[in-house]
Amino acid sequence: MSLMLNDFLPAAPEIFLLAMVSLILVIDVYLPERYRLVTYQLSQATLVATTVLVVLLYPVEPVLTFSDSFVLDRMGSVLKVFVLLMSYFAFFYSKEYLRARNLFKGEFYLLGLFAVLGMMVLISGHSFLTLYLGLELLSLSLYAMVALHRDSTAASEAAMKYFILASLASGILLYGISLLYGATGTLDLAELRSAIGAEGEGRNVVLMLGLVFVVVGIAFKLGAVPFHMWVPDLYQGAPTPVTLFIGTAPKLAGFAMLMRFLVDGMGGLRGDWSDMLVILAILSLAVGNIVAIAQTNLKRMLGYSTIAHMGYMFLGMIAGTTAGYAASMFYIIVYALMAMGGFGMIILLSRAGFESDRLDDFRGLNERSPWYAFLMLVLMMSMGGLPPFLGFWAKWSVLRELVAVDMVWLAVVSVVFSLIGLFYYIRIVRLMYFEKPADHSTVAAPADMRVMISTNGLAILALGLYPGALMAVCISAFAV
Amino acid sequence: MLADIPLLSLIIWAPILGGIWVLVAGGERNVPTARVIALATSILTFLLSLPLYTRFDLGSSDMQFVERMPWISTFDIHYHLGVDGISMPLIILTTFITVVVIISSWSVIKQRAAQYLAAFLVLEGLMVGAFAALDSILFYVFWEALLIPMFLIIGIWGGPRRVYATIKFFLFTFFGSVLMLVALLYLYAQGGSFAIHDLYRLPLGMTEQILIFLAFLAAFAVKVPMWPVHTWLPDAHVEAPTGGSVILAAIMLKLGGYGLVRFSLPITPDASQELAWLMIGLSLIAIVYIGFVAIVQPDMKKLIAYSSISHMGFATLGLFIAFRIFDDTGSMAGAGMGVQGSLVQMISHGFISAAMFLCVGVMYDRLHSREIKDYGGVVNTMPIFAAFMMLFALANSGLPGTSGFVGEFMVIMGSFKANFWIAFLAGLTLVLGAAYTLWMYKRVIFGPVGNDGVAGLKDVNGREIVFLVLLALPVLWLGLWPAPLLEILQPSVDNLLQHVAVSKL
Repeated sequence: MSLMLNDFLPAAPEIFLLAMVSLILVIDVYLPERYRLVTYQLSQATLVATTVLVVLLYPVEPVLTFSDSFVLDRMGSVLKVFVLLMSYFAFFYSKEYLRARNLFKGEFYLLGLFAVLGMMVLISGHSFLTLYLGLELLSLSLYAMVALHRDSTAASEAAMKYFILASLASGILLYGISLLYGATGTLDLAELRSAIGAEGEGRNVVLMLGLVFVVVGIAFKLGAVPFHMWVPDLYQGAPTPVTLFIGTAPKLAGFAMLMRFLVDGMGGLRGDWSDMLVILAILSLAVGNIVAIAQTNLKRMLGYSTIAHMGYMFLGMIAGTTAGYAASMFYIIVYALMAMGGFGMIILLSRAGFESDRLDDFRGLNERSPWYAFLMLVLMMSMGGLPPFLGFWAKWSVLRELVAVDMVWLAVVSVVFSLIGLFYYIRIVRLMYFEKPADHSTVAAPADMRVMISTNGLAILALGLYPGALMAVCISAFAV
Repeated sequence: MLADIPLLSLIIWAPILGGIWVLVAGGERNVPTARVIALATSILTFLLSLPLYTRFDLGSSDMQFVERMPWISTFDIHYHLGVDGISMPLIILTTFITVVVIISSWSVIKQRAAQYLAAFLVLEGLMVGAFAALDSILFYVFWEALLIPMFLIIGIWGGPRRVYATIKFFLFTFFGSVLMLVALLYLYAQGGSFAIHDLYRLPLGMTEQILIFLAFLAAFAVKVPMWPVHTWLPDAHVEAPTGGSVILAAIMLKLGGYGLVRFSLPITPDASQELAWLMIGLSLIAIVYIGFVAIVQPDMKKLIAYSSISHMGFATLGLFIAFRIFDDTGSMAGAGMGVQGSLVQMISHGFISAAMFLCVGVMYDRLHSREIKDYGGVVNTMPIFAAFMMLFALANSGLPGTSGFVGEFMVIMGSFKANFWIAFLAGLTLVLGAAYTLWMYKRVIFGPVGNDGVAGLKDVNGREIVFLVLLALPVLWLGLWPAPLLEILQPSVDNLLQHVAVSKL
């Protein structure tokens, strides 16, 4: 077959991004050190332009291209917009931090852009090969980003750990894919779906084995318990901007991977994988929320909090309805927005030689800077699931869908764990408001950073007061 | 023209915006300005809430001053506000008590005063919102959101064990609330609506009703608080600053009672009937056992906190005794008396407990002790104050002629219709209440001057007289002439009982 121009159009944002990354790569090589900002600015401009392209190409019906291995659909486009938005914020937050530590190099942004490209390919993957291609492009970029701080032993250890465990996960996933290929003879999601049948008529042992390996592989990548060991170490060890980047946009890509593999490909086996997800969800909620209580490092605590949040995200998938998937997607987007704010606050309060990533560093923040203490309060209460903040609506959405399919027991279990979770979020609030600060220095961050983090925090509040629009976007992404 | 003004929204949002203004315009560098803005906002809000009373249609049991706008249209959630005879007095109580709290903390709070005032204003708006919400999700948002300012108030300006107390308060109430959230989501799954009035009409099986009732109970019993989930209250009260204790006792506890009236009774009438024995039992334990516990408290605030639990036991008793009356006599009017008595008790307790906590606060500001043993003979140095506290102490023990009497009397009268022994046990409170309140009063106020601290006390100043008078007036007014309040309550209570009397099975 021959490819026409129209076949390239659905992938135009990815193609544009790739072209730009290559261009920036070359430009960066010839840039004198003092003009390094140009790389940053070009990267941000590329992200903005790619976002515009994604929005312009927002499809009504799903469009398949490249021999059905690439799909442009509404879910994918919505996720891509948020991936690009969050990467934009992540790059933005990283600028001052990297400068202060002499890490402000082109590589960070180039690797970041390659990761974004990987995420976009992953989100649009419609065959096992594209999905795997996107995943590996993403993962390899992230390994290098974690190790970017070459002289830091913590970062090197985190990178090593992340690399080994994530490669193992890739191997497991690949093995699962090969089993699925063996059972059905196809790599295409639509063909796999029809081979399995709507109600799982084509179910057999090899297929089930493949499913288990795929679920384990995805759980590894998302950091669900019992495949979570790398998450806390990575979150703590990586430079904060890298943690921020890993903790936000790739979560959306991970959700897309879950949707593509389990729903688009193996929707017929829903009964089987939703049982597995129930176990993963409960374990993640339990371990994430309980272990987080014992942490003294905020990044590590947020790492455990991520694990718990992945558990909540699974709840909507377990409901197994279109509305449930929409609720999960809403959850993951909201979570990423909150995590971005949380790590953003750490970056905001840090300065050269001071990471501000211990819980104690937030002691008495209200006396040093009431405004940022308030923003952190909003973020923490939102993560804890308190109205009127956005995080409440995320929990509300997945719980609603669980109750709608008569899984009240699981909803009750999850709210009990959210009570435990609340305890460690209010601990931060306690430190900020009820304790005296160790030093009285005010927050010294550049104005643009202040504006961005304020926007981020207030968005959590404002979207919480009027959550309808974002919910509607998520629901429309799944509307037929 | 006046009818087009979204009055309830104004009462909710004016204090919240006022709170933001206090922080922005006043801030910690300019506390006098912050105080003036806060006082002006609270008085303005109180004045705004008066038309709710003057323009209230006494003949109607329908929701009045209704505002309804789509909020989250995908799930049919509306920004839906309105008041009936049950919520309207509670809203006015809220706006009134907030004015008193702001006056009472005028020069007392030295540290981060602007944040303190702002927290109270925001809290006021959220509490009014909870009373006025007619959509269950809107209610839940207000109900949960008000935990945050209260958490900060206790934690920042409270006593030595404030951190423990506030986290306990927060986690207790949050736990109850999330179970209620699951119940609301279940009701939505069954009926496809979050509007409270649609939930009234939703048919439900007995098992479902009992589970939903228990889930609601988890939320409301913690707030009331009912025995045995009351343990957060003495801690929170003791550690909270005076203003925080006042708001907690006067208004927050009422939210629990209000929730039972607005949600539990009409949404799960059959389960309420079925479990009335349980609720009556828990209420009696609260009245009698907690009454005894109160007697032995060495700490004045703790004593009043326990007295609050005991008095709120009356409120819950009145609500659920109605089922026994209805079963035994079939008399709707008798049942109505119990429910009305319970609501009167809630309003009256709002004024009296506020006054009692402020009295303790007045003494605490001077000697920085809440221990009864640190006082004695206060009447010798503070005669005017002693007179005021006398009035409130008598009201707290249920003296006829004060508001404390009316509600208790109605509930006991109602209980007699149901069962002599319930009425007997409930009646014990008149003895116990007098015992713990007056004994404390005697030890603190009468006798020879206990120590040098007491000898050096200065009597109440003008500002303190203002808020004591402000609270003395409604206590006497409701005690001598409760008819206006009963008139407001009557149609809504009748309407409530009609909902409750219809089985949903």
